[in-house]
Amino acid sequence: MEFNPVRFVEMLPNLGYGMLGIFVVIGAIVISTYVLNAIFSRKKQ
Amino acid sequence: MEFLYETILAVTWQQAVMWLIGFVLIFLAIKKDMEPTLLLPMGFGTLLVNIPGVDAIMEEGAITSLYNAGIANELFPLMLFIGIGAMIDFGPLLANPKLMIFGAAAQFGIFFTLCLASMFFGDNEAASIAIIGAADGPTAISVSNKLNCDPGIRGAIMVAAYSYMALVPIIQPPVIKLLTTKKERMIRMDNQMKPVSQTTKILFPIVIFMISALVAPSAASLVFFLMFGNLIRECGVLNSLSETAQKVLANLVTIFLGISISIQMTGDKFLQPTTLLVLGLGLFAFIFDTAGGVLLAKLLNCFLKKKINPMIGAAGISAFPMSGRIVHKMGLKEDPQNFLLMHSIGVNVSGQIASVVAGGMILSIFMG
Repeated sequence: MEFNPVRFVEMLPNLGYGMLGIFVVIGAIVISTYVLNAIFSRKKQ
Repeated sequence: MEFLYETILAVTWQQAVMWLIGFVLIFLAIKKDMEPTLLLPMGFGTLLVNIPGVDAIMEEGAITSLYNAGIANELFPLMLFIGIGAMIDFGPLLANPKLMIFGAAAQFGIFFTLCLASMFFGDNEAASIAIIGAADGPTAISVSNKLNCDPGIRGAIMVAAYSYMALVPIIQPPVIKLLTTKKERMIRMDNQMKPVSQTTKILFPIVIFMISALVAPSAASLVFFLMFGNLIRECGVLNSLSETAQKVLANLVTIFLGISISIQMTGDKFLQPTTLLVLGLGLFAFIFDTAGGVLLAKLLNCFLKKKINPMIGAAGISAFPMSGRIVHKMGLKEDPQNFLLMHSIGVNVSGQIASVVAGGMILSIFMG
């Protein structure tokens, strides 16, 4: 095990990609949920 | 007569220390009621695997076979996900889908810890350590296995993932208090729950599976088993299967999982300086996850007319339902009329989804 502080900076883009990926997936799920709610609550009425 | 004491004489100091750790795990499970279903078998298993020459951890031994049959191929974590999925009621989340954004924000600690851990470890090990922040044992096991993480630190990762889940009531409140003012903690939220149709509840797990699997195929099996569990709960025609998954299946798998994990708790593997570092980094991940959720809520409050209680952001980790309950209790402590449970549980279940997605993202980044 070696201590290499430069790796922190090298890994930062992965922080960005990872969080972006999560927000994209969750965003898509949120939109789908609103769509599902809109379709099936309307049908019920 | 030598055979009566030769095993005792063969005990190393590392094994003696591991017995102590085993006793602590058993104590925490029984006396403090901290994740007893896992910590008890893990603690007792730790005693077993640190007996010199014990056959259970030999190549054909019972615990080795259990480990190979259920952990090495990720079968136990995935089967446990069926039970977890069957336990989750997505109702509060479906009634207020925008709560899911906090589940996403509360995965920040995972990726921040990834950067921190990479200063000490290789990519795969750093990624496996970071996923401790998901507060999701099955995901942690699955990711560390798929990334072929160094077996020397795998035990510490599994222990940290499960014990930090149990330590949510100790870890989260100080972080939340540090980041919020009393006034913010007293913010009341609308408790009227919009009705959700049964069709939406049935389609929701299918939609989540399709979206997550298409974006992060590495996590498809994790999402599938979680959502399959939820589908049998909501479909309305498999009630007995749903009950079996929630109780019998989840309990059985948890027992085997706890005992199998203990094979990683041998003194020679566990008592390394790197173990302390892994535990410390895991704690960082947990703290920054909590902070990520709270800070996003505070940021949104700068723009919203109807303010959000920022504490609910902290429930975006997947320690379900503990984290949601902690936030609710903290709200009641500040204002006995402030009922945050519906919102905090909604965020908490979104954390369950987001942590699996985070696992998928980690795998996509490092497995290509």
